[in-house]
Amino acid sequence: MMEIGLNHYLVLSTILFSIGLIGVMRRKNLLMLFFATEILLNSVNIGFAAISHYYGDLTGQMFAFFVIAIAASEVAVGLGLLIVWHKRHNNIDLDNMSTMKG
Amino acid sequence: MFEAISFYLFAFLTIAMFFITVTTSQALYALTALAAGMIFISAFFFILGADFLGAVQIVVYSGAVMALYAFGMMFFDTTRDLKEKHGNSLIISGLSILVAILVVVIFAAPMVSSNIEALYPVVEGAGNTQQVGLVLFTKYLIPFEVAAVMLLVAMISGIVLAGKKMDLSLTMMSDAEIKDMKIEKNKKVLS
Repeated sequence: MMEIGLNHYLVLSTILFSIGLIGVMRRKNLLMLFFATEILLNSVNIGFAAISHYYGDLTGQMFAFFVIAIAASEVAVGLGLLIVWHKRHNNIDLDNMSTMKG
Repeated sequence: MFEAISFYLFAFLTIAMFFITVTTSQALYALTALAAGMIFISAFFFILGADFLGAVQIVVYSGAVMALYAFGMMFFDTTRDLKEKHGNSLIISGLSILVAILVVVIFAAPMVSSNIEALYPVVEGAGNTQQVGLVLFTKYLIPFEVAAVMLLVAMISGIVLAGKKMDLSLTMMSDAEIKDMKIEKNKKVLS
């Protein structure tokens, strides 16, 4: 109980990942969807850092860095697209983005 | 002892913050709760001895990403309450927990079979930042450069998408066209 092992971190990572997935599936607003995506990426980062620590291997930390870089560029491109969409349609709800519905 | 206390404290705080982010109906609460959760996550990195990663987490997430989101929220109408899907919450929760467990199994399966070995073991007698630098600039140099190019592409695309009149190019236009544009602009300012 008092000794924190790798399993504790993996369980925490699982809990955070499922919170993020619930957010992805529940939200209608696209901005809130982006927030949930950030939660997903962060939970995976915790798992990487924990494995890197308990196996004495730096590869996990390296991948965590690349995940952070990808998250930063995703936010930049995604927010740009969101602003363009908001200028045209004046809302960012997911339900209104059904122009390709058959 | 101290590690266990801090782990449970920050685990509780992080889960609470992210739960608020996912469930609240106000965008501003979601943003602040997300920022707080990011800071608390960096605490795990410090506990795990990944000091550099923790610092990068604070600087990039709580600094850059949260500032970008706050900037983006100024464009959108965030004062009204957010509408949410009212699907079957049992199915949603079950699916997300199932997928999360699946991800953990994917991670843990090679470790349970216990045939992984440290490819780039920790260098003795060096700080975490030095170790990260040693590995990043020897084994992962090309991915590092590719990530830099990707960030550049993301920056340019962000500027082009969010900026005004980015489809016009001053260097490709003739002098007469630029003069016309300036006159039009002045008319708009005066009127």
